[in-house]
Amino acid sequence: MSKEKIAIRVDDLTVAYNYKPVLWDIDLEVPEGVLMAIVGPNGAGKSTLIKSILGIIDPIAGSVAIYGKPYEKQRKLVAYVPQKGSVDWDFPTTALDVVMMGTYGMLGWIKRPGTKEKKASLEALEKVGMLPFKNRQISQLSGGQQQRVFLARALVQDASIYFMDEPFQGVDATTEIAIINILKELRKAGKTVVVVHHDLQTVPEYFDWVTFLNVKKIATGPVRDIFNDDNLTKTYGINYKVAVNK
Amino acid sequence: MELSDYFSQVFSDYTLRTITLGTAILGAICGMLGSFAVLRKQSLLGDAISHAALPGIAIAFLITGTKDTNVLLLGALVSGLIGTFWIRGMITKTHLKSDTALGLVLSLFFGFGMLLLTYIQKQPNANQAGLDKYLFGQAATLVESDVWLMAIVTSVCLVVLLLFWKEFKILLFDADYTKTLGFNTRFIDVLITFFIVLAIVLGLQTVGVVLMSAMLLAPAAAARQWTNKLSVMIVLAAIFGAFSGVFGTAISASQNNLSTGPVIVLVAGVFVLFSFVFSPGRGILFKQLRVYQNRRDLKLQKTLQFMFDIARTHEDISHPHAIRILNNFQGYTKATLQELIEKDWVSVSGQNWSMTEKGYDAAQNLYNKN
Repeated sequence: MSKEKIAIRVDDLTVAYNYKPVLWDIDLEVPEGVLMAIVGPNGAGKSTLIKSILGIIDPIAGSVAIYGKPYEKQRKLVAYVPQKGSVDWDFPTTALDVVMMGTYGMLGWIKRPGTKEKKASLEALEKVGMLPFKNRQISQLSGGQQQRVFLARALVQDASIYFMDEPFQGVDATTEIAIINILKELRKAGKTVVVVHHDLQTVPEYFDWVTFLNVKKIATGPVRDIFNDDNLTKTYGINYKVAVNK
Repeated sequence: MELSDYFSQVFSDYTLRTITLGTAILGAICGMLGSFAVLRKQSLLGDAISHAALPGIAIAFLITGTKDTNVLLLGALVSGLIGTFWIRGMITKTHLKSDTALGLVLSLFFGFGMLLLTYIQKQPNANQAGLDKYLFGQAATLVESDVWLMAIVTSVCLVVLLLFWKEFKILLFDADYTKTLGFNTRFIDVLITFFIVLAIVLGLQTVGVVLMSAMLLAPAAAARQWTNKLSVMIVLAAIFGAFSGVFGTAISASQNNLSTGPVIVLVAGVFVLFSFVFSPGRGILFKQLRVYQNRRDLKLQKTLQFMFDIARTHEDISHPHAIRILNNFQGYTKATLQELIEKDWVSVSGQNWSMTEKGYDAAQNLYNKN
């Protein structure tokens, strides 16, 4: 892991709905090639942090840099996996079609996806073990399968940085393992992966980097250094005891 | 006029042909764009926009004093667009939910429009009669130039739809994600909304303010039942819309004094009803049939499993057993036994049953398949 290269840099990011701040003055540096969890209680602003980095939500202050340049110029380096519940899965389309949407950004306006894009999408489906379901109407997929399709859509973007909003929510153990293996492969390939995560027990096992968030940033750094009861207590407000296998 | 007379005259009679073409084109464009409204869960937007168009018609008349359709519809377009942007503004700027914003704009604009209409009627101007036809529409007033206008707008809409197909589709499915890919989602959104407003305004003369939203929603809702593909859905919705227009016109022309707009809407409603019941994938009828089928299969499998558990305790799987012992089993009926025999899974002689080789294999693989 090269600690010199900073993949994501967030400065003074503040987001508010009405008057209530959701994120307050966040400074964050994520080094290249880490698999980072963002943890925090409900309403801590975890999803909001990702969405404002990606420009889906407008912050009232602050800036975001991807490899030293403004995010708007670096979009092609960034892929996003939204929460599964954020779309209507009864939409009339197939699994392959959804994955193909990952190629739309590279194509730009008007140009249609061709054989090259289709091939890349099929490969991505293969990677997440969903190839047999490529022509399945998406409403007929299980929750875990839908999550895999979303992951494949991001994989097909072939980005350097991946943002994922609760990819383990409502999926079974098999899917969870399949997903985390893919994330670890991405890290091995030098990609940076940022995941909004809820299950504190699995943080040391899955991730090597962690950010504690509760409106303000509590701490960020390597899991082995900062994933401790002290930071958990500061973030969640109650005395936390997690068996950290270290 | 009989219904058959209508179809024999529709190609030769100028008025009939104009009206039929007009309502067909209108139905097609409404079905097409209505699909977008339905999939974006903005079904009520159409209702709000059509009602919001009414004051525009009245104001256009007050300013120009003419009843020229194009001028009045331009007014409708402007006030429809204003209504739409108010709705969007209310949703983003305040924390009102979209149904509240839609309801507010709908009733406020419609109320204002009605007020202006009654004001106009009190004016000592002989020209004012007939503006209220925009409330329920009057297809009989369609002339060739109106149809041309509809045809042109529909063609432009079709070209834009084909050009930005990919962008429309991804925005409909996942707007946030579309934004992260670098697309200007606001532009795509405004484009879709603009065409929806345009389609509604075009329909005001024929179907009227009050019923216009049904033209938008009914064909799309019907089409959704028949397909799981967006492109097919839009084509189907256009076809359903066009047929509603033609049949509606045919029925109203052959039954004297039936007003065309409501008949078209009712025909579209029949399409919806038929689709809800009879579509193979999502229709109520086939869904219910599948439930029965599954229940029957399950009963059969449970009985087979029960027999299998008895049979496998014997060296010879075809060892005969009394039918009596099945009586205590809840899945068992005479009909299931009959069906098992038909499938050659079980054979019966006298009061005894015995499992066949085939039945044994079937039972063994019952829960092995995915």
